[in-house]
Amino acid sequence: MNTKTLSEKPNLLKIYILEAKTEFMRLIRTPGFSIPTLLFPIMFYTFFGIVFSMSPAMPTYLMVTYGVFGVIGPALFSFGVGIAVERGQGWFNLKEVSPMPASAYIFARVALTFIFSFVIICLLYFMAAVFADVQLYRSQWLLIALILIIGSLPFCAIGMYLGLSLKSSAAPATVNLIYLPLGFLSGLWLPITLFPEMMQSLANLLPPYHLAQVALKVIDMDVGDSIYLHLGVLAAYSIVFILLAMKAYYKKDKS
Amino acid sequence: MQHEHIAQIHQVSKKFDENLALDQVSLDIRSGEVLGILGPNGAGKTTLINLMLGRMALTTGEVSIFGLKPGSIELKRQCGAMLQLSGLPDMSTVKEHIELFMSYYANPFAYQKIIDLAGLAGIEDQYSKTLSGGQKQRLLFALAICGNPKLLFLDEPSVGMDIETRKSLWHTINELKANGTSVILTTHYLEEADQLSDRIIMLNQGKIIHQGTPDEIKANINTKKIRFISSTPLAELMSIGDKLKITSSGKYYEIQSKDSSKILRKLFQVSDDIQDLTVTGAALEDAFIQLNQANPMKTNAAGEEL
Repeated sequence: MNTKTLSEKPNLLKIYILEAKTEFMRLIRTPGFSIPTLLFPIMFYTFFGIVFSMSPAMPTYLMVTYGVFGVIGPALFSFGVGIAVERGQGWFNLKEVSPMPASAYIFARVALTFIFSFVIICLLYFMAAVFADVQLYRSQWLLIALILIIGSLPFCAIGMYLGLSLKSSAAPATVNLIYLPLGFLSGLWLPITLFPEMMQSLANLLPPYHLAQVALKVIDMDVGDSIYLHLGVLAAYSIVFILLAMKAYYKKDKS
Repeated sequence: MQHEHIAQIHQVSKKFDENLALDQVSLDIRSGEVLGILGPNGAGKTTLINLMLGRMALTTGEVSIFGLKPGSIELKRQCGAMLQLSGLPDMSTVKEHIELFMSYYANPFAYQKIIDLAGLAGIEDQYSKTLSGGQKQRLLFALAICGNPKLLFLDEPSVGMDIETRKSLWHTINELKANGTSVILTTHYLEEADQLSDRIIMLNQGKIIHQGTPDEIKANINTKKIRFISSTPLAELMSIGDKLKITSSGKYYEIQSKDSSKILRKLFQVSDDIQDLTVTGAALEDAFIQLNQANPMKTNAAGEEL
């Protein structure tokens, strides 16, 4: 009986870096995916926040909410569509039976989401500062960027669940059907205060609304609810979707 | 060392809804052997592999490999696997794929050795998108072996490979075996199982219907199929032998026999207008039917192969 196991383990850090690098290289070689993800929020912001701005505060306000819109896109698509497609082609299954640590896979996609988020925020900031004369303290620019980047995490969890449960053929359409209405109903396209009251209360159920409120607090443009409410809702969404994703991942007898 | 057991599969059953895909299968895997799992589609080959890889939950029974549970990371680090139907992400190069998979293992082969073993020299910088079907299979094989695994799972590895690639795959498998790697191989090519395996398990409808060395298996299925056109009625042909397996399909008659020359001699005595005569080795499917009949077991509806 040979029950001895190898005590030597591979270098985890190296796996994380290689996994992220491979994923990143793959994406920049697929401009059909990366360019629209980067440009959509900028384009929308330019229309609604700069060209059709209705008040002096609008460009600043919408810079933040389009920032939220910008960071949840890569999170939902990289996880939701990315994983569903890899499952569909059987690649995900091969990685699953390989000794790849599941954490490396998640790390790579989170890292990618952060990089995308960072680029989108930079582009938005550039447009806002140069063409709409948005002026903030340096600490505010930095804090908002940080909130937005970290704030993409709950959407990574939602994307992960979608990616693990959707069929690859249905994933792109389904994720779009979630992403776009979610953005609009959360008041990311137009300020939430312009909405009828019923829609404002509906927005309270949606996580992008709460992320936007946290970021808007930095410039005192939020509706005035407690930050703990917003963080609480975001945490609750994260936990629920992580659990759902784990359930989907550990479901046996996947075909 | 040769007969050290590395894996035990004990009375394993697997049910999909009402279909019994595996029925009380017990099996030991020995160190350094190539075990061929042979069977028609739907026999349960892939289900058995998936259970060993931890991709499916057992309905009943036990599987233990190197004393570890299927699906655990400690076990995965000692194994390599080639699955059916693995697409590769388009925009990574052959080299990137291999280097990434190498990083998952503590003691992988040297990169150059992997390239040589899998026959990937010259296409290392190509994106997987641009590879031919055979080249993709070779890359997937490279990913399976790159970690210098103690146990290698190959699920229908040569599907889609041309003859040359298949021969070089066989060569590499033998090399790995000499290096001490145990290999579990599913195939429905009798020739492949014959060339590679030290031991063959024949699965049909979720049961092991036969096991032994390739020579032992072949001795059991050396049946020939005699096919011809004749106007002689079936009843007269039946007089050739009392236990003759003869069927008519369309205008052809078919006789299955282990002693074809004797049957042919008698056939020409009985019938004088034989046309379009062919004698072929029985196909594997026929062998299964025979072996199945020889095993008086209850038959179950075969489970869908996943």
